[in-house]
Amino acid sequence: MRFRAKILDVACLNHFTRVINTIAKLAKTCTLRLTPGKLYFILTDKVANGGVSMWCELSQGNFFDEFQMEGVAAEHNEIYLELMPENLSRALKTAQNAKTVKIKLTNKHCPCLTVAVELPSLASSSRIVTHDIPVAVIPRRLWNDFKEPSVPDFDVSIYLPVLKTMKSVVERMKNLSNSIVIEANLNGEMNLKIETDLVSVTTHFKDLGNPPWVLDGDSQNSTQDRDPETMAEARVDIKKLQQLLAGQQVNPTKALCNIVSKRIVHFILLHEDVYLQYFIPALA
Amino acid sequence: MQTFSHRQVTNPAKHFARRQTPEWDGGGQLAPAPGPTSPGCTVRQRAERLHARSRRKASGCAAMKCVVIGGNVKVLGKAVHALSRIGDELYVEPTENGLSLRAVNSSRSAYACFLFAPLFFQLYEAGGPDAHGELFRCKVLMKTFLAIFRSLPSLEKTVSKCLISLNPRASRLVVQLHYKYGVTKTHNLSFQECELLQAIFDKQLCTSTLCASARVLVDAVVHFPVTLAEVTLGVGPSGKVSLRNYVDEETEPSKTMVTELCLSEDEFQDVRVPQETQVTFCLKEFRGLLSFAESSNLPLSIHFDTPGRPAVFSLEDPLLEVHLVLATLADSNASSQAQTANGACHKCAADEDFAVDDLESYMIAMETTTGEEGAEPPLSPTFPVRCPSPATALEAERSTLASDKDEDEDGAVPGTPPQKKFRSLFFGSVLTQSQARAHPTPSQEVLAEDSEGEC
Repeated sequence: MRFRAKILDVACLNHFTRVINTIAKLAKTCTLRLTPGKLYFILTDKVANGGVSMWCELSQGNFFDEFQMEGVAAEHNEIYLELMPENLSRALKTAQNAKTVKIKLTNKHCPCLTVAVELPSLASSSRIVTHDIPVAVIPRRLWNDFKEPSVPDFDVSIYLPVLKTMKSVVERMKNLSNSIVIEANLNGEMNLKIETDLVSVTTHFKDLGNPPWVLDGDSQNSTQDRDPETMAEARVDIKKLQQLLAGQQVNPTKALCNIVSKRIVHFILLHEDVYLQYFIPALA
Repeated sequence: MQTFSHRQVTNPAKHFARRQTPEWDGGGQLAPAPGPTSPGCTVRQRAERLHARSRRKASGCAAMKCVVIGGNVKVLGKAVHALSRIGDELYVEPTENGLSLRAVNSSRSAYACFLFAPLFFQLYEAGGPDAHGELFRCKVLMKTFLAIFRSLPSLEKTVSKCLISLNPRASRLVVQLHYKYGVTKTHNLSFQECELLQAIFDKQLCTSTLCASARVLVDAVVHFPVTLAEVTLGVGPSGKVSLRNYVDEETEPSKTMVTELCLSEDEFQDVRVPQETQVTFCLKEFRGLLSFAESSNLPLSIHFDTPGRPAVFSLEDPLLEVHLVLATLADSNASSQAQTANGACHKCAADEDFAVDDLESYMIAMETTTGEEGAEPPLSPTFPVRCPSPATALEAERSTLASDKDEDEDGAVPGTPPQKKFRSLFFGSVLTQSQARAHPTPSQEVLAEDSEGEC
């Protein structure tokens, strides 16, 4: 089982760093799945996470100039690692003006993802910084736990408002309440509501637009029959929503959410070539 | 020079409050001003002592007066900032060679001294010695002194002059800042008289020396997290200098990220290291000096020796001499552990060119173990160890280390701060040799005796 990759381009490095920073804000520990063509950052919905789950997919070709991997076996050419993305974020933080960044899987005192940064220096030879990030190799028999989540049978799907605005609204609401209600309808309207003993605050967004999903089977009928004015709503932990919004450093190309009434809210964010899905379960 | 024989005490705060040993107080006549009131001594007795002392001082002791102008005010401010990273009290001592500002940390493992030559000042009067021939010295709360120099940008822009004066008859240290537009701020600080604070060290006796511009070192430590406590500086074969974060024995190595930076010899102005060596010291205290060095543009020299012996960091200039003495870890386990942990300990990771990246054998070992345990999930280094055998091995190792540490000490007292393995610096005798012989160095580890009998 081997993995080595190299980034030479500064723009790619910055972009990769931003992705890692976003992931680091969403999960303390997550799974990194490596395949010959893509990298995935996966968080499964365990109780410890508060029931949230995440699936983030990147094409390695958009970031790495060199990418070689050998999975556990020929017919299972993949590697699953468990790591703390915060470590990776820290390693990349001071590497922004690096000449090259190499990432490889090593076995030092334990399996590690080693990030070797070559920095420019005034001396003849470059300065090298290595970061050994401890990882855990996830054995093949557990790989089924990390399957790609399917799009839930949602009641309403709607494009999100400008994330910066949404973020500042949610941040202020966070001071007043622990939970927030997200509701939306097929008329492009979305409301964010909090309610406490003393105060209730609602922010209304209009003309957001609803993504045209091509569905098969029964689900298509149910969405078409649905009254466009009816709101689908879910009450979620406000901190989880705030974390998701805080992690977005750049406005995504596409951002939408699917609401399953009283069950779950499913966010899909697309940043150029990075595809992020995030699920927040509804509170009881 | 056998200076560093004392091990760190279990509860440094407790001992610091007690009366100092004769080697400490440079005379044995005066009881030094304690921080908190020493037990067994009434407030009235203490007030009487201080009063008697100030009467002695009042006779024939001239006032200290220093005036700093222009850009030097900011330098003074930066020095105070650097000292504030070390300790909670600022020791002020005017000498013939200049004004010395010193600080020491509570566990006595870091000491810093800034000596400003008389030429640094527009006006410098050290004040005369007292009836005992001693120059006046005092200590003030670092927090208070720092507050005066808190905002460096505003010091630079608006302060034209800084006057520091002390009249022993008065009980205040006066720091007066002259601002633009005729505004003057006068701070009257209360002080405590104190013993001489002088760490015994001799740069000449250190076997290894490195000298670099502050910029190089600042760029080097930026890769380490701000919260990192200790860092290991190593010099390997072919002059490669490495900095690595130090991982405590108590922390599980498989959970901690290890960062290592390698600098080549030519980034340094001077590298005189006769043999491969590694020393571990506190990064937080070093950062304080680094930021001062960066602003002063002076090259920084690092003098060190074998692990356990203190490392001396110095900056020198005709107007200013700065020394930072840090205790280094004496733990030999540290260097050997690091070697096994990071296979390429001496060589930088760059040389290694990915030799160790085949996890095949590890995978096989893991799969066989989990097969035996049945449905139990595999041992993950990032999860706490659940399997009994590795855990006991780990605990056994820890208890051996603990017993090694405890053999000289009383054993950990619950509720006390965690034991640090840094040996505390020896703040040696300023007595003459004969007096020193009369008061032999105690063989116990504490630096200060009980004060019960004293007051």
